[in-house]
Amino acid sequence: MAFTLYSLIQAAILCVNAVAVLHEERFLTKIGWGVDQSVGGFGDEPGIKVQLMNLVRSVRTVMRVPLIAVNSVCIVLLLLFG
Amino acid sequence: MLDFPNDPNMRLRNSSVDGADGSQLFEDTSGAGSASQAGFPGQSLLSDPMSNLAMAYGSSLATQGREIVDKNLDRFIPISKLKYYFAVDTVYVGKKLGLLVFPYMHENWEVSYQQDTPVAPRFDVNAPDLYIPAMGFITYVLVAGLALGTQNRFSPELLGVQASSALVWLIMEVLAVLLSLYLVTVNTDLTTIDLLAFSGYKYVGMIVGVVAGLLFGRPAYYLSLLWCCAAIFVFMIRTLRLKLLSEAAAEGRLVRGARNQLRMYLTMTIAAAQPIFMYWFTYHLIR
Repeated sequence: MAFTLYSLIQAAILCVNAVAVLHEERFLTKIGWGVDQSVGGFGDEPGIKVQLMNLVRSVRTVMRVPLIAVNSVCIVLLLLFG
Repeated sequence: MLDFPNDPNMRLRNSSVDGADGSQLFEDTSGAGSASQAGFPGQSLLSDPMSNLAMAYGSSLATQGREIVDKNLDRFIPISKLKYYFAVDTVYVGKKLGLLVFPYMHENWEVSYQQDTPVAPRFDVNAPDLYIPAMGFITYVLVAGLALGTQNRFSPELLGVQASSALVWLIMEVLAVLLSLYLVTVNTDLTTIDLLAFSGYKYVGMIVGVVAGLLFGRPAYYLSLLWCCAAIFVFMIRTLRLKLLSEAAAEGRLVRGARNQLRMYLTMTIAAAQPIFMYWFTYHLIR
């Protein structure tokens, strides 16, 4: 239970890394979560699966480049301070 | 891309002017003259034109610097919106604390609006505020330190550890609720700060439980915690029902349909997570 804010940041970095690593054509389309499979009807009910797929795609698009910087900082901090 | 639920329908909270017109958030207690620099004791200092110039230049620099800081700070932390949540007074705090511990007699849970902006908390007991959660959090950390001290397990670092653990779990809970609201595509005007306020209300119950346990022993702790858990469960359900569910379902009529069911489950889960957290954070304080 002894959490610090830094462990929360580390957990968040690990989760975002996990989402960013999912490959589009090798994995996501194979399990039916690709971007071309999410175009549903235009009603007002996207459904949870479509929302999740959109979320995964958005996170991967937005966080690709900042994750490089954040991961490098995290690695350096871990090497220096353990 | 990411269209969090608070964008389309967000009611502006920072549009009420805290000046002399319209709805004031805070009373003006600044008294008479605020910017007069006349009547300085050092008259010789003022009569020198060079120092006059220097003083004028210095004060204009300070004003500019303050404006830049304000503008940049406002980009990251919406200060004007935060002011709304702290516009409370003693009567409101008393009524809200009573409501948190005994919500069963209260009938009208709607937040009243004034020309499309929510009324400040001091005028409406149903509006969420950040004063009680902030004070509750600090009091919880202090009471936890006190409880650990009675068991001879206290050290000053423990206060910091307790505070950061509780803060981390609060942030995670707010993020989880935000994520689930996004996934279920609820169109609501709940902002992030509202969710933070609602998640912070459980500290009141925790403090009551721990203090009762310290004063009267374990049975009192369990009894008061049970009472406060039930109270906060009912409070959250009644408050969130109006905000998350559609109009018909909120009035109590049974509305079929997968979406409304999902929203009902979401409301129940959020409300049920509060007692779990309350127990989890306090059971190690009472041995």
